[in-house]
Amino acid sequence: MDQMFFAAEVLLNGLMTGVMYALVALGFVLIFKASGVFNYAQGVLALFAALTLVGIQQGQVPFAHMINAMFGTHIEHFGWTVPSVLAILLTGAVMVLLAFLIEKLVLQHLIGQAPIILFMATIGLAYFLEGLGDVMWGADIKNLDVGLPQGISETIETATAEWFGYGFFIDRLDIWATLIAALLVAALVGFAQYTKQGRAMRAVADDHQAALSVGISLRFIWVMVWSIAGFVALVAGVMWGTKSGVQFSLSLIALKALPVLMLGGFTSIPGAIVGGLVIGVGEKLFEFFVGPMIGGATENWFAYVLALLFLVFRPQGLFGERIIERV
Amino acid sequence: MKPKLTALVVAGMMAAAPAMADLVVPNMSYRTGAYGANGTQYADGFNDYFTLLNERDGGIGGEKIQVPECETAYNTEKGVECYEATKDTGALIYNPLSTGITYQLIPKVAVDKKVLYTPGYGRTSGKNGKVFEWVFNAPANYWDGASVAIKYLLDENGGDLSGKKIALVYHNSAYGKEPIRTLQGLAEKHGFSLSEIPIDAPGQEQKSQWLQIRRDRPDYVIMYGWGVMNQAAIQEAANIRFPMENFIGIWWSGSEVDVMPVGAKADGYKALTFHGVGKDYPVYDELQEYVIDPGKASQGGEHVGSVLYSRGMYAALVISEAIRKAQELAGVSEITPEQLRDGFEQLDITPERLEELGLPDFGPEIKLSCDNHGGSGMARMQQWDAEAKAWNLISEFTEPDQEIIAPLIAEDSEAYAKEAGITPRDC
Repeated sequence: MDQMFFAAEVLLNGLMTGVMYALVALGFVLIFKASGVFNYAQGVLALFAALTLVGIQQGQVPFAHMINAMFGTHIEHFGWTVPSVLAILLTGAVMVLLAFLIEKLVLQHLIGQAPIILFMATIGLAYFLEGLGDVMWGADIKNLDVGLPQGISETIETATAEWFGYGFFIDRLDIWATLIAALLVAALVGFAQYTKQGRAMRAVADDHQAALSVGISLRFIWVMVWSIAGFVALVAGVMWGTKSGVQFSLSLIALKALPVLMLGGFTSIPGAIVGGLVIGVGEKLFEFFVGPMIGGATENWFAYVLALLFLVFRPQGLFGERIIERV
Repeated sequence: MKPKLTALVVAGMMAAAPAMADLVVPNMSYRTGAYGANGTQYADGFNDYFTLLNERDGGIGGEKIQVPECETAYNTEKGVECYEATKDTGALIYNPLSTGITYQLIPKVAVDKKVLYTPGYGRTSGKNGKVFEWVFNAPANYWDGASVAIKYLLDENGGDLSGKKIALVYHNSAYGKEPIRTLQGLAEKHGFSLSEIPIDAPGQEQKSQWLQIRRDRPDYVIMYGWGVMNQAAIQEAANIRFPMENFIGIWWSGSEVDVMPVGAKADGYKALTFHGVGKDYPVYDELQEYVIDPGKASQGGEHVGSVLYSRGMYAALVISEAIRKAQELAGVSEITPEQLRDGFEQLDITPERLEELGLPDFGPEIKLSCDNHGGSGMARMQQWDAEAKAWNLISEFTEPDQEIIAPLIAEDSEAYAKEAGITPRDC
């Protein structure tokens, strides 16, 4: 019986982990949906956003190492700290500025180029942003605390122990991540469906040329989409950064989003969520049932195997648009 | 314009390349990428100790030490590139701070005749100098660490671990798998059960593994991790309320960066170390005077005194003492890698010598020989005080169980000798 409850506990935790993966995948979907670009830099955007948030929160002087090396000074901090909410807003503003600069300095010059060129540009952008984050905020691991609780939910543990005689482990951070992801998806869907800018974004996603012909500014839409993707990256960065500190390995969470995208489809916001949940649950249950028989550590590769299996039967992913190109 | 440009380029190259008369000790560092936070601190300590010797003593035996840095990003291919790019610049010795890079360099250094120094990491059986002529891994290796951890637990349990459950949480790589055979041997000898729990790199997501630990309730968890895997594991252990005092990391899972992100919940976490902690050693005053105050510290000196900084500094100290011994044996100050190897094989860093160097009781005595390239393997335990944000030493230096380790080292090194066609030296 305990084994069954344990499997249920693994399943629940898999769902929660899936939400964390979906948070990263959402940023990819937004940019791909609006511009057809697979943004290789999405993981680094999450890292950059989290680094900037901690830097602002702790009153860290940006580029302090460079300034100190050039002028022989010893400045590190401004001497103040910024409340979490204000720091998040300021980081959001930095992400908008970054989106503007990306459009101005990179994307604008590549209008009309093949998607692979834009993809290559995002690879360059990823390396640039990683280096910029390092130079701006330093390579040290940073503690991120925006007031999100972490650790076992004793309420759930006690309640399930009373009901089933087995206390379930659910991390409070995962519960918050689920709530935040639900709000985020609702806000994104609402924005896309009910606002003028959202409709313009969907128009650009459907047909660039047609959207341009009715006076929609492609450049504005790109800045907007990259800003929203930057904000989603900030949310993902906050969640993952709270979990294990803000450090450069944070950019590797993008690797967890890839199978989610393959499974859910590159163009669907609900697809990213469902894909995340399927991958989260799938990898955890596989590790639980099969892992011990084959030496464990199956999660990294199993997510890709699962996504590939889906690809065989449904190449566009669960919710992706079927693209048929005729010559 | 062109001749001027050429002259500038030549002048730049001359300035960048080490002068041939200098002692060249490349620093294969990683300041970028997923493991940059760890690599930076180690590299700073390594650089600063040689800067101290240059500034205070004019180098070693009158020869300045050049420490050209090459970024590996903890990537094996880049590490090999760094080696190839620097090996013809007069480099004497390499310390790549990566087991993966070490495995790639072991056959290369034997051909190029360069010393490979891998303190506390690398190929454990490199201790056998009869087979690994160019490799040194004193003062301790992974197997020593596993054994010292078990000895510590034996002490805690009145010498009896029978019936206890110990889980090994390890980085699913050549490094993380190193202690498995030793722990299996020790489990058989002491009657505890061992469960092996691998975690794929980088290790940000470990929920399944810690749910398994929560279900199985091992008495102790031993961890061989690196980078984000450490922080995530300590966080998950705190989340499932695993008692921190029963959670022991190898020395690569026991620095400030591993526990700080977890905050107060990391209090009581233990880790092995093969050197002292903190800044309460005279050498730090000298570093302040000759390196930090004059503005010559690596990266501005912000990591001075951290665990990984101290480890990098200690590695530089051992290398500098081997250079000194080599100069003494050869009777010249400009030594070759062969002479440095001889210096390592005659190395004897006694407690008295450590005190002279400003680091009393910082490390175990390091006495090497032709066949013993790994020293005594002694290590001690440290424990994290989250409130004081400091590590405290909680045990004395302890010898590992050579009854288990020595046969494993002989077996592994003999297998390597056979595979590589090496005839073991007579020592």
